[in-house]
Formats: sequence, C-alpha cells, structure tokens
Amino acid sequence: MAHAAVMQPPVKAETGAGVYNEKLGMWVFLGSEVMFFTALIGSYLILRVAQPGQWAQPGEILNVPITAVNTFFLICSSVTMVKAFASIQEGNQQGLKLYLILTVIIGATFVGIQIYEYSQLIHHGFLPSGYREGSELAEHAAAGELPAAIGLYGSTFFTMTGFHGFHVTMGVICMLFVTWKAFRGRYTATDHRGVEVIGLYWHFVDLVWIILFTIVYLI
Amino acid sequence: MEQTPHVKHPPYVWVWVGLAVLTGLELAVAFLQHWSKTAIIIILVLLAVWKALLVALFYMHLRFERNRIRLLAIAPLPLAVILVVAVLTEYVF
Repeated sequence: MAHAAVMQPPVKAETGAGVYNEKLGMWVFLGSEVMFFTALIGSYLILRVAQPGQWAQPGEILNVPITAVNTFFLICSSVTMVKAFASIQEGNQQGLKLYLILTVIIGATFVGIQIYEYSQLIHHGFLPSGYREGSELAEHAAAGELPAAIGLYGSTFFTMTGFHGFHVTMGVICMLFVTWKAFRGRYTATDHRGVEVIGLYWHFVDLVWIILFTIVYLI
Repeated sequence: MEQTPHVKHPPYVWVWVGLAVLTGLELAVAFLQHWSKTAIIIILVLLAVWKALLVALFYMHLRFERNRIRLLAIAPLPLAVILVVAVLTEYVF
C-alpha cells in the first residue's frame, strides 16, 4: 500500500547534525522564529521610516522605567534557566527544581508586568488604533505636545510586544510541564533533553526582547 | 546511584552581570541630552547586539556547540538582514 511505503522509509533514520532530534528540531524552529520576528521588525522599521511623525519620543507615552525593570527580570530568568541546566548536568536534582521554579515565577512576573503596562497605556488612551477620544493622551496631542496621529505607533507596538508576550506565556506553560517532570525525577545527569530544549527556547525569547526593548522603547 | 560528573561551566553569573550593566548603559545613553539622534541610535543598536551575542554564545551555548549547529543558528541571519535592508531601501534611496 502507498501508505505503508510512506510510513516505512527504505533507509534507516539517522541523525543529521550529530545531536538528538529534539534539540535539532528546536534549532530549526528557532530559525523559523528568527524570520517571524524579522518580518515584524522589518515592517516596524519601514513604517517608522516612512511615517516618523507618528512616533513619540522615548518615554513620552511608553513607561520606560517599568519596562526596564521587566527587562531586568527577563535577564534574571535567563540566568536561573541556565543554572537549572547546569544543575542537572551535575545530577543536582534540588538545584534543578529550585532554578526551574524561580524561572517560572520570574517569567510569570514578566507577563504580569506587561499586562499591567498594557492596562496603564490603555487607561491613559494609548490604543492599537491610536488615541482614545477624550483621553489624557489625546488632550496632550491636541495641545501639540504629542504627535497628532499615532495609529501606526500603537498598532506596531501592541503587535510586536504582544507576540513576544505570547511567546513568554507559552514558555512559562512549557516550563511548568518541565518543572512537573523534574519533580517526578525524570531528568538525570546523562539525560536532561527537556531542560536543554526549553532552555534554548527561553533564551531565544530573552534575546528577542533585548532587540525589541531597544528599538521599541529606547529609539 | 546516579553519577554526579563534575562539569566545567561557562561564567553564567558574570554574563548576567554583564547583561545588567549593559542594560543600565542603554538606559543612560537613550536619554542623553545634546547628542545627535544618529549617534545614540548606533550606540544603542551596538549595545543590543552585544547583549544578544552574550545570550546566544553563553546561555544558548553556541560558543561551545559543534559547527553544524552554529551554521543552523546563523543561517537565517543573512536572510533577515536582506529583508530589512531591502524594505528600507524603499525610503533611503
């Protein structure tokens, strides 16, 4: 049958890059993620260069101090993640559990602060479509203290940071699963694939935020 | 009983300190007065690339990976640069 021929290839499966399949798969996935975020960042850059008048100066609308603290939290979660990996490399189960829990807590804190940031921005009148009529920011714009129209600014800001926040949220959920497996003793010094793979994803999300923080909040 | 091999780890905590210091530097540069906007943007981009490299090389272990994985990791980057440069030429030139 045709189906049987597809399910059973004539040659034996082999590793391509000398690494286990999950890790190779994660690197291929991260390659696709690079292109995904490049598309977002590229769109952002061209819109900003084309319509510079729609962007406010750093700190005028966005809350840079609270985001800087959030950036620091994400950096901290990266070091706790890599310490979890280092712990299980040495067979240290307690260290693995401790650092995974810390990573989950700090990652969830990042998402919580981002939700708070969004709520504050919306409260002050910064929406994906631009200013909310009658809001505090709309009054500043009417007085000439802010750009008259910020529709592109709002839509690109919420799209880029929203997709990143979604990635962090997915990372926290996956990390909870890894943590649950860690508490069941499923990882050892010789086999800790799940920890390494979720770590690669987590550090990539941190790396993307480093770029986004600079181009969205500081420039 | 599980073996507990001694593994020599990269300086993870020092990398974390470096990332924190560079973030502070970014904040200081971003709000500098009397500096040209172009100079500030160039410095901020360089600092961001520096931080991204620290994460990729030490936390994602690319510095210690075999070349095949390194190749896989950097393969999308030329495409990313081409995409951004191509769309920007619409307005720069």
